[in-house]
Amino acid sequence: MEKYDIVIIGGGPAGLAAAIAAKNDGADSILILERDRELGGILNQCIHNGFGLHTFSEELTGPEYAQRFIDQVKALGIPYLLNTMVMDISPDKCVTAMNKTRGMFTIQAKAIILAMGCRERARGALNIPGYRPAGIFSAGTAQRLVNMEGYLPGRNVVILGSGDIGLIMARRMTLEGAKVQVVAELMPYSGGLKRNIVQCLDDFHIPLKLSHTVVDIRGKERVEQVTLAQVDTNGRPILGTEETYDCDTLLLSVGLIPENELSAGMGVLMNPVTAGPKVNESLETNIEGVFACGNVLHVHDLVDFVSQEAAMAGKSAAAYVRGTHRQGQENSKPVSIKAQQGVRYTVPDTIRPAYMQDKLTVRFRVGSVFKNCYVSVYFDQERVMQKKRPVLAPGEMESFTITRQQLQKYPDLGTITFRIEQDA
Amino acid sequence: MFDYDVVIIGAGVSGSACARELSRCQAKICVLEKEEDVCCQTSKANSGIVHAGFDATPGSLMAKLNVRGNQMMESLSKELDFPYRQTGALVVCRNMEDMPNLQALYERGMANGVEGLCILTKEQAHALEPNLTDDVYAALYAPTSGIVCPFGLNIALAENAFVNGVEFRFYTEVLDIQKQGQGFLLHTSKGDYTAACVVNAAGVYADVFHNMVSSHKIHITPRRGDYCLLDKSAGKHVARTIFSLPNRYGKGVLVTPTVHGNLLLGPTAVDIDDREGTNTTREGLDMVLQKAGENVKDLPLKQVITSFAGLRAHEDGHEFIIGEVPDAEGFVDCAGIESPGLTSCPAIGEMVAGIVQKKLGLFPKEDFSGTRKGILDPKTLSMEERNALIQQNPAYGNIVCRCEMITEGEILDAISRPLGAKSLDGVKRRTRAGMGRCQSGFCSPRTMEILARSLPGGMGEITKSGKASGIVAGKK
Amino acid sequence: MEEKTLTCINCPLGCSLLAKMEHGQVVSVSGNTCRRGDVYARKELTNPTRIVTSTVFVTGKTASMVSVKTRQDIPKEKVFACMDALRNLTVKAPVQIGDVLLANVADTGIDIIATKNVE
Repeated sequence: MEKYDIVIIGGGPAGLAAAIAAKNDGADSILILERDRELGGILNQCIHNGFGLHTFSEELTGPEYAQRFIDQVKALGIPYLLNTMVMDISPDKCVTAMNKTRGMFTIQAKAIILAMGCRERARGALNIPGYRPAGIFSAGTAQRLVNMEGYLPGRNVVILGSGDIGLIMARRMTLEGAKVQVVAELMPYSGGLKRNIVQCLDDFHIPLKLSHTVVDIRGKERVEQVTLAQVDTNGRPILGTEETYDCDTLLLSVGLIPENELSAGMGVLMNPVTAGPKVNESLETNIEGVFACGNVLHVHDLVDFVSQEAAMAGKSAAAYVRGTHRQGQENSKPVSIKAQQGVRYTVPDTIRPAYMQDKLTVRFRVGSVFKNCYVSVYFDQERVMQKKRPVLAPGEMESFTITRQQLQKYPDLGTITFRIEQDA
Repeated sequence: MFDYDVVIIGAGVSGSACARELSRCQAKICVLEKEEDVCCQTSKANSGIVHAGFDATPGSLMAKLNVRGNQMMESLSKELDFPYRQTGALVVCRNMEDMPNLQALYERGMANGVEGLCILTKEQAHALEPNLTDDVYAALYAPTSGIVCPFGLNIALAENAFVNGVEFRFYTEVLDIQKQGQGFLLHTSKGDYTAACVVNAAGVYADVFHNMVSSHKIHITPRRGDYCLLDKSAGKHVARTIFSLPNRYGKGVLVTPTVHGNLLLGPTAVDIDDREGTNTTREGLDMVLQKAGENVKDLPLKQVITSFAGLRAHEDGHEFIIGEVPDAEGFVDCAGIESPGLTSCPAIGEMVAGIVQKKLGLFPKEDFSGTRKGILDPKTLSMEERNALIQQNPAYGNIVCRCEMITEGEILDAISRPLGAKSLDGVKRRTRAGMGRCQSGFCSPRTMEILARSLPGGMGEITKSGKASGIVAGKK
Repeated sequence: MEEKTLTCINCPLGCSLLAKMEHGQVVSVSGNTCRRGDVYARKELTNPTRIVTSTVFVTGKTASMVSVKTRQDIPKEKVFACMDALRNLTVKAPVQIGDVLLANVADTGIDIIATKNVE
């Protein structure tokens, strides 16, 4: 059986950045397994610009951003296999994969980095009633059809979901000559960036209907009509508010789900809030030597943060393989991180102070829009840090840095709590 | 003097079963189907249950054919290579007052000749199915109940009929039927057909065709049922089909594993007018989720991956109408085939073929081939066998549908085999590509590309299910 | 004096900006929380520009489409003219990121460049 120190599942932005960081940190035997025909993952179909502002201080398109990492992977001589599907990973890190040329084969890894990304939530998950004709697409599928295959999914469009993919596709379809009639959003706020609302909707006079959802789809062969209705505070449609649009296409941009079937299959424990693995400060799962990063860990909105997070996973995996991962005070007590009062989750959700680097970035999301508020961090009962924020929104991932030095002052610390507070 | 000895209207599971049974005979047979493929209407949207046979009234045709179909299913699944599993079923009784009804069901089953029935106590039922509701009072256990892939069954029957010489005409809608000499003239959307015998297996339209030739009118109501399908991660929530005690609208909402490992909830029962009214409704889906939860606890409802609705062809007398129409000699009805129609179809085929064979004096065909190999599922192979297959045909090494792990090889097989797939739905029903948790989000562009290689017109012409169901509006 | 309202795009706050204009010039901006709002309003109201990204057909081994963008932002009113110019464009592989695929698109003086390598 082939052996590698680190096998990385997925050659998208997370897998690429993890590979580069692991290599730069001294790991030598690394293999990336990618199911698609090229490296770069979903970035290949994200042809719009706005990527890389944090990393490169310039606005790149998705393919350009990906290429910078692909170039590094190639320059570092990190091997990768394309068109290769990982079928299974065993708890002892034996990877079974398959492609056309090699058939089915197994690879024994010392460490594994999970970087499989996420998938789009489909209509069924929302229980949207109506017919099931052609013309209903998840926004990402439509994006692939337009940008990579060169086909227009439809000419007269209603979009449900105002996350960034939905907004980007509203503009994309409009530029390609389709009429986008309306974007409906179940929540009372948009999950997308202000910039995208202005430049993807306002620029083209596309109305955004907040607190609205699709209550009926008509058309037996192709979509003919979509009915929207306003929803109450529980998200239930309000009778009498229905409006019907004649259209041939419904795009759904209604959420992303980390793709963790392989992880679950090998026994990785999940955080029910993120649907991604529970990880510690090293982005290591409950299985020693198995790390996770990028959208498989939790859904990101900025690829820059994926790259940063993945680099951390890559470094951790390299340290694990070197054996320096577990040096130090092995018996130190882990500190759990709790998300409370408006904070939906944190990644990581435990810290072992002995293994932590000088600084640790804790990423989190809030559950609703907060204005003029504070992000507070409690060490057990004591509030040790507070950061004023003019606005916090569910669509924007937040982060907070905790230092090793801070933790050293609290040797008996049990729990760190993140809260959103209105008062200082 | 006729174009065909037998014309069968409808390529659903009844029509296909009749075609397959008749293909044992020396006869010229044609199946007319208004859709683009077999298994496009009632046969594609149902519970996929092989009922034990305790529901139907003793002595009824329904009871007889149900029990007979159940007995035939296992060997048929081996002959024709489609997924079937005998899982058993429980009918849940939630309070003491309903015990007489459960007892009546048991007795009906005994009278119908259902084997192995017994009534379980709460404890016994929970031992079999730990996720049954805590409210369970007692349960009827039917070990001969099973689950089948309805597409697999329908497609297998049709393919086998086809290789035994039955012709299939798609997009061919029968518009009118007239008596002509000793036979019939059928006006269709694709020209006229004449036949000595007509088999009316038209599902929710069977009354329309019956009433064209007979003065003894029948009436069929499309009875809609909404379903929710859950991800495979929820597939082991129950191991057997869990029924409610039946009411006047049928068997109520069931919870069942599917042969492919998903969990299926449904159906509702709403009588409608539209024979194509397969839309789900908010009320229907809500009711499915609520009713399913009455018999089974802790259902992981967040794992719903799709919902759909199907129509049962409910005849006013709630009985299968099978036989030659008295005032239209040579016209054989196969009408009112609602649940347990799927279970009964092998027996229905046998019965209809018997009637037609006798009527026309058909002789058996010597070269009839009663077995068929389904699409090869590489998941059933060892790693060595799989690698040998990939070496021979690399397409089996290329995963197209990542949720269901379906390879390009399987999709190509589905397209190129007899009565092959012509649309995304056709590929989906044959291979399951696109049937998983992402509901074809990832694989549909790739499946379209594979279809486009084999079909004229390229990617721009690919449809979801034929007719005007084109996927894209055109090149950008 | 003319008044224009717009939403600032610089951060999630999305301040509602009110700009007072005279003779096509912005005289004052209010409603902004920070300086970036002022800068944004003045630019957006006098010289709104956008980067246009799209894909065009390519005759290549590895892909049938290549992604492209305007090298710099172009006047907002030229966006659709730019798309029209791209509609009938087919380029030959190989293409490298940064290659000029169409010069001076829609008379903007700005080139269309590739954003992806295609062999």
